[in-house]
Amino acid sequence: MWVLGPIGFSAPWVLLALLALPILWLLLRAVPPAPIKRRFPGVALLLGLTDEEVETDRTPWWLLLLRMLAVAALILAFAGPVLNPRAERGGSGPLLILLDASWASAPDWAVRMGQVNQSLDAAQASDRTVCILAATDLPAEGCVFRAASDWRSRLPGFVPAPYAADMDVLEAVVADLSAPLETLWISDGLQRDGREYVTEALQSLGPLSVFETGMTPVALGAIEVTEGGASVPVLSADANAIEEVTVVAFGTDPAGIARVLATETAEFAAGEAAATVEFDLPPELRARVTRFEIEGVASAGAKRLTDDSLKRREVGLMSIRDSGEGLQLLSHLHYLRSALTGRADVIEGSLADLLMANPDVIVLADVAQLSGSESADLIAWMTEGGQLLRFAGPRLAASDVARTEDDPLLPVRLRAGGRTLGGAMSWGEPKRLRPFSETSPFYGLTVPEDVSVSSQVMAQPDPELASRVIATLEDGTPLVTRKPVGKGQVVLFHVTANAEWSTLPLSGLFVDMLDRLSVTTQAIELSAEDLEGMSFQPTQALDGFGRLEEASAMAPVAGPEFVAARASTATPPGLYQSGETVRALNVVAPDDALILARWPADVPLIGVTQAQERPLAPWLLLTALALLAADILVSLWLSGRLFGLRAASVLLMALLAMPQDIRAQEVPDDFALAATDELSLAYVITGNPDVDSVSEAGLSGLSRVLTARTSVEPAEPIGVDLEQDPLGFFPLLYWPITSDQAIPSAEAYAKLNTYIRTGGMILFDTRDADVAGFGTVTPTSAKLEALARVLDVPALEQIPQDHVLTRSFYLLREFPGRHAGGTIWVEASADAEEVEGMPFRNLNDNVTPVVIGGGDWASAWAMDERGFPLLPIGRGYSGDQQREMAYRFGVNLVIYVLTGNYKSDQVHVPALLDRLGQ
Amino acid sequence: MTNQRPHTGLRARAETLSAPMPPLLARAEQLARTLLMGGHGRRQSGMGDEFWQYRPAQAGDPGRAIDWRRSGRSDGHYVREKEWQAAQSVHIWVDLSASMGFASKESLPPKSDRAALLAMALSILLMKGGERVALASLGTPPRIGALQTRRIAEGLSQKAPEDYGAPDASLFLPHARAVFLSDFLGPIEAVENAVAAASDRGISGMIYQILDPAEEAFPYQGRTVFTSMSGAIQHETLRASDLKTRYQERLAERKDRLAKIAHHAGWRFATHHTDHADLSALLWLYEALEGPR
Repeated sequence: MWVLGPIGFSAPWVLLALLALPILWLLLRAVPPAPIKRRFPGVALLLGLTDEEVETDRTPWWLLLLRMLAVAALILAFAGPVLNPRAERGGSGPLLILLDASWASAPDWAVRMGQVNQSLDAAQASDRTVCILAATDLPAEGCVFRAASDWRSRLPGFVPAPYAADMDVLEAVVADLSAPLETLWISDGLQRDGREYVTEALQSLGPLSVFETGMTPVALGAIEVTEGGASVPVLSADANAIEEVTVVAFGTDPAGIARVLATETAEFAAGEAAATVEFDLPPELRARVTRFEIEGVASAGAKRLTDDSLKRREVGLMSIRDSGEGLQLLSHLHYLRSALTGRADVIEGSLADLLMANPDVIVLADVAQLSGSESADLIAWMTEGGQLLRFAGPRLAASDVARTEDDPLLPVRLRAGGRTLGGAMSWGEPKRLRPFSETSPFYGLTVPEDVSVSSQVMAQPDPELASRVIATLEDGTPLVTRKPVGKGQVVLFHVTANAEWSTLPLSGLFVDMLDRLSVTTQAIELSAEDLEGMSFQPTQALDGFGRLEEASAMAPVAGPEFVAARASTATPPGLYQSGETVRALNVVAPDDALILARWPADVPLIGVTQAQERPLAPWLLLTALALLAADILVSLWLSGRLFGLRAASVLLMALLAMPQDIRAQEVPDDFALAATDELSLAYVITGNPDVDSVSEAGLSGLSRVLTARTSVEPAEPIGVDLEQDPLGFFPLLYWPITSDQAIPSAEAYAKLNTYIRTGGMILFDTRDADVAGFGTVTPTSAKLEALARVLDVPALEQIPQDHVLTRSFYLLREFPGRHAGGTIWVEASADAEEVEGMPFRNLNDNVTPVVIGGGDWASAWAMDERGFPLLPIGRGYSGDQQREMAYRFGVNLVIYVLTGNYKSDQVHVPALLDRLGQ
Repeated sequence: MTNQRPHTGLRARAETLSAPMPPLLARAEQLARTLLMGGHGRRQSGMGDEFWQYRPAQAGDPGRAIDWRRSGRSDGHYVREKEWQAAQSVHIWVDLSASMGFASKESLPPKSDRAALLAMALSILLMKGGERVALASLGTPPRIGALQTRRIAEGLSQKAPEDYGAPDASLFLPHARAVFLSDFLGPIEAVENAVAAASDRGISGMIYQILDPAEEAFPYQGRTVFTSMSGAIQHETLRASDLKTRYQERLAERKDRLAKIAHHAGWRFATHHTDHADLSALLWLYEALEGPR
C-alpha cells in the first residue's frame, strides 16, 4: 500500500493513468457536438444568416472539466483509495485475546469486536495463531489456539454476559497457558477482585496490552420505595466522567400496554460517583412499573427489574350488609373506600369470595361473629401472610366475642359494652390521641389536634396487652392493637370505620395509618429460613445488552441459594417466580459500587484513538457516475436536444433511480369523484358474484324507480369493498348477508361504526324471510349476528305501525321484498306514551342507523337494462303487486334516509299550524 | 382517363393514380357542402333563370318579351327581366413542389394536403355555382362537370420533384380569375412575374399562402443542419435559437412583398396555417372570389 497523507492506495500504479488526462483534454476539445439534421422548407429564408456566437463549435471548457473530473474520479476509484489506512502492527508467536465480556462492555460491544477484528486481521497477515477467551464464558477445554481465519466465523458467538467474570476461574485457565504468549485484554473498565493476579500471570507469559474504549460504565442500584414513589440510585464508575443521565420507568398502562411511565434526570454532583433519582410515582403507578433503565445505555447493568415490592396491594372490604337505605356517610366502608381509592385494588363481597381472591388485606368493619368455617379459612389465610384489619362498632360491642378468652381473629380480649366519652350522659371530654411510641408502626406520624374519640371498645387488661398496643388515647386506653398470626397479623381499631365514634376516619391520619399498616405487610424481608424448601423458577432473564428473554427452560434455583445469589452463570439476572411471589435478581447487588479498573504502569493501554479504515472507492465511483449523468444532461442541453419531453424523461429516470416513499392517497380520487358526483346508492360487495350482481341490478332498478317517481335521481349504484373504500359518501348501504362472506377486519369495523354514528344507514338483508320465522335461526341470520357483534348497533325493535318509514313517501303497512311477510327491525324509539300530547313518535330525531330484515329486496327491485324485472316474484297479479310494494318500500327507505325526521314533522304540520293559529 | 381504349397497363396506372382521389373528392365535397350556395348572379339584368325586375316596355322589345300578367294590372306594358347569369373562368395554381410536403408534426397535415383539399373544394364549389375551373398544372382550359372534377383531383395528386414551385399564368384565359396556392418560400421573382403577366391580361385573383406553424414559430434550438425537402439546399447553424428572430423578420418581409405584389395587381393576399381550420380558409377563398370585382 502506498500512503499519501491520510489516504492510502492499494493499487497505486493505476494512478499513472492520470497522466493521460491532458491528452484526453485535447481529444475531447477537438470534437464539437454533433449537429441534428432537420428538413425545413424555410431554409431558403435562412440562407446567408450567420451565427452570432461562434464559440460553441468547441466543447465548452467547463463541460470538459466535468468530464475530466469524472474520468479522474474513476481512475482514483480504481486505484483503491483507503482513508486512514491501518499501519501493520508487529509481533509474532501466539496471540491471546481476552475479553471481559461483562455487562459493562455491552454498550460499546461493537467497538470492542472491531478491535478484535483488527487484531485478527493483523494476526492473519503475519500468520499467528490466536485464542479468544471470553472471561464470562470460559470454554471447558481451556484455551485453543487456531488460525485467525478460523476465529472469524466464531466471532458472532461472543456476546457480553449479564454478569461479571469470575476471576478465580479465569486465573485457573490462565495458569494452564504456556509462554511465550502475547495478550490483548479487551477490558470492560471495571475493577474486580483478582484482576491483578491474572494481570501478573499474563505478564509473566509475555507482553500484555489492554484495550479500553474510554466509556464510563453506569448502572442502576437497588430501588427504594419512598413516600412519593421510588428512589433509584445511579452508579458511575468514574466520578467526573458523567454529568447527568436520564432514567426511565417502564411499565404497563391500565390497558396492559407497555409504555414509559415516568422519566427523570439524575445529575451527578461534582466528584460524586453516585446520584439518586427520585421518581414521583403515585402508588398505583408505582405498582405498575416493571423496570427502570438508563436511557440510551444498552447494558444489563443499566436496567433494573422490579418485582412484588412495588406491586399494588389488594384489599378486600366486608361489612354486614345494611338492611335499610342507609346514608352513605354513615356506611362503615365509606371512609375506607375513599382512603383506599387509588392506593390499592379494592374488592368487596362476601368473605368466601374475598378469600377466594386471596387479597393482601381483608377489612372487617363492625363484624362480630363469623361462622366456624369462615374463621378457620380466615386464620389459614392470615397464617399464609394475610393481614386482617378489623374495626369496632355497635355490633362488636354488643357481642360476646373475645369476652372470656382470646379470639384468634381479635388481637385482644374485649370488655363488655365499651365506653362513651363526652356524650350527653357522661362527664368526660372526647379523648385525643397520644403521640405514637417508637415501637409503633405509626411512629413519626403527627397527630392532628382535631382527632378525638368519643366511643370505643375497651381491651381487657392482660399481660400481653402492652406488647400488642400500637396506638393509645391520652388516657392510655388502647386505640389500635395488633397480634401476629402466622406470617400475617390481625389489627383492631377500637373505633368504628365511620365517623360515628371518632373523628379519626375524617382526618388524613387515618389514611397514613392505613398506609403504614399496608406497607408493613409488604416489607417482608426474605430470609434463607423462610425460603427453605422453596424453589425459584426463572421466567425472564436479561442478556448482556439488557434485553429480556424468555427463560422458562432454565433450571430453578433453591430458595436459600436465591437469597444469597448474585448475578452469575447459574443465576442470571432476571425475574424469578415461586408460587405467587415474583422476585427480581438484578445485576448490581445492593452494596455494590462501580470502580474504574487500575492497571499496572507497565501495561500499555490502547484506546480507540485510531480512526477506522474506510475505503473510498465506492464514493469516488458514485461521484464519477453523478458527473457523467450531469454530463449527459448538459450535452443534451448544449446540442439543443434537451426539449421539454426529453428533459422530463431524463429527469424521470434520475428520479426513478432514487429511493421513493410515495404513499397512496387514502381515498382514491376517482372513487371519491364517482361517489360524490351524484347521489349513488351503495351495496356491500360480499364476494359472491351472484349476490353482488343481484345487488347491483336491484339498486339500479330502485334508482330507476326513484328517478321516475321522486325528485331523487340517483346515479348508477356503486359496489363498496368494506376493506378499501371509504363509506362516508353514501347515505344508504345495502348489505346482503351470505353465509360464506368474510368477517371484515378491525379497520373496516371502525369505518362501519363511524359510518353508523355519523348518520349513515345500513340495510341488512338476510334474504331469508321465506324460511325464517319466530325463533328459527337461519344460516344468514346467524351470520348477521356474527357480523354485527362488533358493530355499534343500538337497541332494536320491530318496526312500529307509526314509524316514519311507513309514511315517508307512500303509506305502507308492510315491507315485502321478494319474500313477503317478514318483519323488519329498526332502532328502538322512546316510548310514545311518554311524549305528552304528541300522537306520533318524534323523539327519534335521527334516522335509524340500521334496518334489518330478510325480504331479499334487491331481488325484488332488480331490473335488466330494458327495465324489465330480472327475477320472478309470486304469481300473476299478486306477484306484481308485491313487487310494487317492494319498490314503494325502497322509495320510502331512500326518502327516509335523505330527509330524516322531516317527514315525521310534516305529519304534524296541520297540528302545528293549528297551534300557531291559537 | 378519357381514353376508353382497353389498355391494361394504363388502366392499372390510372387506378393507382386515382386511388387518393375518392377520399380527396369526398373530403372536398364535404367541405364544399358546408358553404351554402346561393345564385351566382351578376346583379344586373341579362340572361338567366332568376327574376330580376319589371321594366316598362320600350320600343324594340319583342312582343313576346312582354309580361302580360304584370301588364294586365296596369295601363302600361311591362317586360319581365331576368338576372344575368354568366359563367366565370377560374384558374387554380397549386404548388406541387417538394417543400409543400412538409409537416412539422405528425398531427398536422402536410401543406400540400391542405392546398389540394382547398383547391378541390373550391373547384367543386365553383362548379356547383356554374363556373368553369381549370388546374394550371394540367394546362387544360377551364371546364365544368364531373369529368373536370376528376381531372383536377388527378392533377392534384401529382408531385413535382423540385424544391420550390413557380406559378405559370401564360395559359390563363384573359379576364378570368386566378387562385395561387403555395407556401411562396421559393424565389419570389417568379411569383411577381406571373402575377404581373396575369394582371396584364386582365386577370384578377388571389395569392393564398399556406404555411406550417413551425415555419412561423421556428421552434428550433442547438446545433442544426437545415436542409430543404429534397436536400438540395443546406444551411448549418450552431445555435438555431439565435436565428429565430432574423428568420421571422425575413418571413414577415416575404409576406409584405407578396402583399405588395397582390396590391399592385389588384389581387388579394392572405396567409393560412395548417393548424387552422380548413373551412375558414375555404370561406376566405370563396368570399374573395365572390367579393367586389
